[in-house]
Amino acid sequence: MSAPHSLIATERLGGHRRPTTEPPWVRRLLIGVALAFLAIFLWVPLAAVFAQAFAKGARAYFDSFNDPVTFAAVKLTLIAAGIAVPLNLVFGVAAAWAISKFNFPGKSLLITLIDLPFSVSPVIAGLIYVLLFGAQGLLGPWLIDHDIRIIFAVPGIVLATTFVTFPFVARELIPLMQAQGRSEEEAALSLGASGWQTFWRVTVPNIKWGLLYGIILCNARAMGEFGAVSVVSGHIRGETNTIPLHIEILYSENVVAAFAVATLLTLLALVTLCLKTWVEWRAAAESQTAEAE
Amino acid sequence: MAQRKTSPLPGFRLTLGYTLLYLCLIVLLPLAATFLKTATLTWDQFWTTVTAPRVLASYRLTFGTSLLAAMVNLVFGLLVAWVLVRYNFFGKKIVDALVDLPFALPTAVAGIALTAIYAPNGWLGKPLAALGIKAAFTPLGIFIALTFIGLPFVVRTVQPVLEDLDAEVEEAAASLGATRFQTFRYVIIPMLLPSLLTGFSLSFARALGEYGSVVFIAGNQPMKTEITALLIITKLDQYNYAEATAIAVVMLVFSFVMLLTVNLLQWWGSRFQQPH
Repeated sequence: MSAPHSLIATERLGGHRRPTTEPPWVRRLLIGVALAFLAIFLWVPLAAVFAQAFAKGARAYFDSFNDPVTFAAVKLTLIAAGIAVPLNLVFGVAAAWAISKFNFPGKSLLITLIDLPFSVSPVIAGLIYVLLFGAQGLLGPWLIDHDIRIIFAVPGIVLATTFVTFPFVARELIPLMQAQGRSEEEAALSLGASGWQTFWRVTVPNIKWGLLYGIILCNARAMGEFGAVSVVSGHIRGETNTIPLHIEILYSENVVAAFAVATLLTLLALVTLCLKTWVEWRAAAESQTAEAE
Repeated sequence: MAQRKTSPLPGFRLTLGYTLLYLCLIVLLPLAATFLKTATLTWDQFWTTVTAPRVLASYRLTFGTSLLAAMVNLVFGLLVAWVLVRYNFFGKKIVDALVDLPFALPTAVAGIALTAIYAPNGWLGKPLAALGIKAAFTPLGIFIALTFIGLPFVVRTVQPVLEDLDAEVEEAAASLGATRFQTFRYVIIPMLLPSLLTGFSLSFARALGEYGSVVFIAGNQPMKTEITALLIITKLDQYNYAEATAIAVVMLVFSFVMLLTVNLLQWWGSRFQQPH
């Protein structure tokens, strides 16, 4: 924050901040083109999900859910997200603590490696576990001898989900905690707080919005993952189909039912976006009050 | 050890140890296993697999449609970011929040929704069909799905940079007699360049590996509308693990190159924004 004070002063004195702007017709044209692009590529697909789900009326829509296989898919999705999200949450906090509070060699390499799962195709994310735990995989023969099923079973689905959602919490927390530094924690320790007390009473309140933000995004991806889970699932009806995989199967049989189940995930996406926006507003409001103080 | 003494906080060994262990178990060891599996092929077998005509056709399709989608997102992503940062209009906050829809909406849902719209009897497929354009089950459909998936990347990398841009620079350009377009072309664009390229690369990298949103709309015909990710799944379904892995390794190498590019661009961008 080495901005010269004179510049800030002129900006305040200047009245409206941007005297350099476009003529009204250019502005309207640009807004129009941008909104048309967003409408075609984002809003029409969103509307289409609901239109297709209700294409044969509300009755057909609600009947689509009256299916034990759908319930099994919902249950499996909740299990997979229920395991993957907490695992990546604990990892994210641990990684962010080590990276932001200490200096050690190879730190930027570690940050890059944490981001790695984002640059791997979901299909390959599933494939790597098949190569490791599948019948022809490296550990396959040993697993068969001990009667442990990972691929085409629930553990494989959990693993693939964990892989694709791996960086979400960590990548929210690392820049946030790096910016906050460690002076507050040092102060708490010097006043006699234990390490855990410092973490729970000083660190967690400071990072709560980033933490929540990471969890929300992690959960959305965990519940919606398709490619990676598709490779390891085996598509056994009522057993190894998550909601997205169930939608794929329904799509070839009963389009209305496929879109009806898809509305569940679409609503989840909309709730995710609402929560995300709310967290951003709260975080911005709090940092403003903090600055004012 | 000397490093550790600079911080009085506890938990260094525990947190770093856990981070490394978890990273190795979930990500690094399984990825390494993939490369080990490829080592069971001879170099000739590997090369024949990854350069077979059907595989080459899938690379061309995947790269071509991904590049095109990333370029469209580069232009329109900048436009959307510009409109959201610089102008006010009714419903702007909702429009802004909805930009992230492709991140939040599961790819399978996006896939079936886009297919329904662009099918020959769909909302947009019908008017396009009247013009003689077939969208669903052609490379055009793949391009549409990849544009959807990559849309937020450019917007979200450019938006914060545009918000932080100094108004003084534009004022200076205007006071020196530059037209608005000249200011945009020679002052604003160069300052946005690192973030634009980062967003472009992220969008391109995501498109290369994308599967869920594409399979429904693609048609999946070998040599014509079969993307590389789908080809890997096809090989797996035929229990052809060696060939699936060989193609996956080629894709992984490209992914790592893209990751490196993005990191270099971000490093460049952060130097760009150093306070003067």
